Amino acid sequence: MAGFDRRRIGLFAVRYGLFFALGAWVVAMSIASEHFLTWLNFLNVARQAAPIVIIAVGMTFVMATAGIDLSVGSLVALVSVLVVTFFGLGLPTEIVIPAVLALGLVSGLVNGYFVQLGLPPFVVTLAMLTTLRGIGFVVSDGYATPVRDDFVLWLGRGQIGPLHTPIVLAIVVAVIGGVVLGKTRFGLYSLAVGGREEAARAMGINVRGIKLAVYGAIGLLGALAGIVLTGRLGNGSPNAGIMLELEVIAATVLGGTSLFGGAATIAGTVAGALFINFVRNGLNLLGVNPFWVQVATGLILLLAVLLNTVVNRRITEWARVLRAEEPEPGP
Amino acid sequence: MTVPLIEMRNISKSFGAVVALRQVSLSIAAGEVVGLVGDNAAGKSTLMKILSGVYTPDAGEIMLDGRAQALATPMDARGAGIEMVYQDFALVPELSVTQNIFLGRELLQGGLRSKFVDKAKMRERATHWIERLGLRVPPVDTPVRATSGGQQQAVAIARATAFDARLVIMDEPTANLAAAAIEKVRAAIGRLRSHGVAVIVISHRIEDILETADRAIVLKHGAVVGERRIEDTRGDELVHMIVAGRDPRDAAAGGGDGDGAGAAADGGAGGSAPP
Ligand SMILES: Nc1ncnc2c1ncn2[C@@H]1O[C@H](COP(=O)(O)OP(=O)(O)O)[C@@H](O)[C@H]1O
Ligand SMILES: [Mg+2]
Repeated sequence: MAGFDRRRIGLFAVRYGLFFALGAWVVAMSIASEHFLTWLNFLNVARQAAPIVIIAVGMTFVMATAGIDLSVGSLVALVSVLVVTFFGLGLPTEIVIPAVLALGLVSGLVNGYFVQLGLPPFVVTLAMLTTLRGIGFVVSDGYATPVRDDFVLWLGRGQIGPLHTPIVLAIVVAVIGGVVLGKTRFGLYSLAVGGREEAARAMGINVRGIKLAVYGAIGLLGALAGIVLTGRLGNGSPNAGIMLELEVIAATVLGGTSLFGGAATIAGTVAGALFINFVRNGLNLLGVNPFWVQVATGLILLLAVLLNTVVNRRITEWARVLRAEEPEPGP
Repeated sequence: MTVPLIEMRNISKSFGAVVALRQVSLSIAAGEVVGLVGDNAAGKSTLMKILSGVYTPDAGEIMLDGRAQALATPMDARGAGIEMVYQDFALVPELSVTQNIFLGRELLQGGLRSKFVDKAKMRERATHWIERLGLRVPPVDTPVRATSGGQQQAVAIARATAFDARLVIMDEPTANLAAAAIEKVRAAIGRLRSHGVAVIVISHRIEDILETADRAIVLKHGAVVGERRIEDTRGDELVHMIVAGRDPRDAAAGGGDGDGAGAAADGGAGGSAPP
């Protein structure tokens, strides 16, 4: 029985380690800085994390299928540029918002189309990364343009009750994502496709359809996050969202989503996004040089990947051996 | 004579330049256990994947209860009551035992929640099915990757037999299993037969076939070499057919010209065709 307990603890530590780390960081920072554990600061961190959470929910599905999308940061930039360009042409909000959301969906479906043909997602979305940002620069000529539309500004800076609009949007997206991943066939099939594609196909799952859908979804969510960021920054810029894809991937991987597909949770992803932003916020409050904050983010990503792959495999393997050593229960 | 459950007629299949199957015919009755044997690359797995809807044949037809039946996808085959236990099990390691058993056929909740899977009901049924098979498997919530090879085989068999199958195909079900697990698989085949389910077993172990099957069919180079009722043959005769790629009784009937299986078969057909 001792082996059983050790196994449980090991698996528990791997599965919920991030939540403990997040808790420990919050406690440590609360002691270190009186400004850390305040409602205002919490809202600030949540608002910073909101666009990351919105995209990372999509990334969780993509990575569940053993894929990846590197183009989301560039999509945010293109959406941001197009929002101000469309308003500049005198188009109304009711046209601009659906138009850029549709653009995000289409760009995602293009990624998905090439991926379901069997091309490596890494290469497909890397090509899309440079294409989308390139178009953003062409359309904007490299300039940032202020946005004055009330609705877009409300999406980025407004409030719904006590919460900022981006936070509410992130919560809504995360709840829907969590329900779809945890309770529907679509979520299960995304995991199955990433876990073992051949098995999923043999069981009659529409593997190509699932891949198209997850990339389409992250495109749509990327466009939504792009609108939110445009409103928050107050301008449309082709330099928006640089390296955003890395932060999204870091949040997702930190949250326990497997880099090789088949395992993913939305709660983990949300915790991962919050963790990165709490670390950054804490370091800022301590007055650490912002460039070191970048270094810290990089190290966290490395640590997350290490936990995600090597450590996770070791512990699972170890738990299996312990299980095998246990006496079998009677018939 | 009763209509066979499944009849495959003149099935051919090539992969590029490789001819995997040439004009293969076979039929199987309800509740019959047929052993499919042959060398590596004889075409056994390909023939069975055609029956389970994974591959479409280049030529030939499949009759189910005497009616032509298209098996274009695995869903078609499963819909027609044909289930397959794949050689590599075709399980998703990260998913639980229950999720794997129900993969592609999840039970859904009712009413407003009709888009949600019914986890409680699936867990309950999966447990029941595994117990019914007399198989010992860890709790049905365990991810498959944390189970042993024999347990994975058990999960694959449970999945193939749970949904009122009429024909269960098992591709090398005893490869890589320990002796006790092999006995379990053989017993499971016997139980299927007694429930009127037809079984096709592919195996390298001739004892599997001798112990469980009613009939053996020998394949070589993508063609049927010969066929025996189990009570009418012995292990060494089957092995001889597998290795030589021809039916010794055909050669004897053809006057012992010793030209091999092709010549013997052609001679037989030629003998009856000319007026
Ligand atoms: N998907 C495939 N692509 C190309 N060739 C294949 C494929 N599947 C089987 N083959 C070829 O078809 C022949 C028969 O293979 P298979 O049906 O697996 O034989 P068996 O199961 O009897 O060992 C072999 O020559 C094999 O290489
Ligand atoms: Mg084979």
